[in-house]
Amino acid sequence: MNVEINGPKVLGYLFGNPNLPITETMRNAWIVMAVILFLCIFLTHRMQKIPKGKQALAEKAVVMIDNLVENTMGKGCQAFSPYIATLLMSSLFGSLATLFWMRPVTADLNTTLGWALITFALITFNKIKYNGIGGYLKGFLEPVFVMAPLNVLSEIATPVSMSFRHFGNMAGGLVISTLIMGALQVLSKAVLGFLPVPLLQIGLPGVLSLYFDCFTACMQAFIFSMLTMAYVGDARGSS
Amino acid sequence: MGIDSNAFVAGMSALGAGMAMIAGLGPGIGEGYTAGQACAAIGRQPEAQGDITRTMILGIAMAESTGIYALVIALILLFANPFVGNF
Repeated sequence: MNVEINGPKVLGYLFGNPNLPITETMRNAWIVMAVILFLCIFLTHRMQKIPKGKQALAEKAVVMIDNLVENTMGKGCQAFSPYIATLLMSSLFGSLATLFWMRPVTADLNTTLGWALITFALITFNKIKYNGIGGYLKGFLEPVFVMAPLNVLSEIATPVSMSFRHFGNMAGGLVISTLIMGALQVLSKAVLGFLPVPLLQIGLPGVLSLYFDCFTACMQAFIFSMLTMAYVGDARGSS
Repeated sequence: MGIDSNAFVAGMSALGAGMAMIAGLGPGIGEGYTAGQACAAIGRQPEAQGDITRTMILGIAMAESTGIYALVIALILLFANPFVGNF
């Protein structure tokens, strides 16, 4: 039985410096970015006054995300929809990359923690912008000043829990599928050992992949952007 | 074949990883309850289905965090064990 569960492989080193490894995740992230860029250019190529075909698809997607942002964060928050759309698309395509024999970009804590830190910066910026620096600092002393350490902790817990949630879901799916793949191999060797191929590996992994890869990917992309909108909207609304 | 310190630590880590996943109980119960309440709410007010579903998904995602923390601990114990090799 050979079950291999590894982190992203190191493909090489930037400038030959061992402190700057180039991992599988980074390569796949660049591929995903290229695909998204190509889609954006392709779908909006030769736009017309009356949309049809691919342009209608692009307009539908943009309007959908605009509406989502407006419904969740309230009016006057349209400036956030490009960021939300970026998060949604990167997360969705990065997770669905696993359907094309690539390691999912989001099954790496570095990716999700990076996104969560951007969101955290956005939250803090908006809190300071709408409450003033004094109001922001005073927010830590509520409801009583004894709660200050707990408030600081809960502030730090936001990006940590966001990134761990996304990473945990994707990596957990990866681990479970790999383990089941190995178990099915052993089982088919024991039960149907006379066949040259592990026959029992057909079927079940595909069904599991539908849940762990397709469903979880869409769900986590949606949840990550929804949480970003909720937190940022909350930071703006508390003024 | 004797059990040396590293084998003992590895075995105990596997046991710990399994026990950490007992934390899956809590989110399971909580999410089930949330989904049930959302069903009841949609039954009372079918026109608010979109809002209720969105709020439910957010709530479920929040409730899931504890389970995910347990999963991360289990994964660390299994694949990136900090204790193996110290003895």
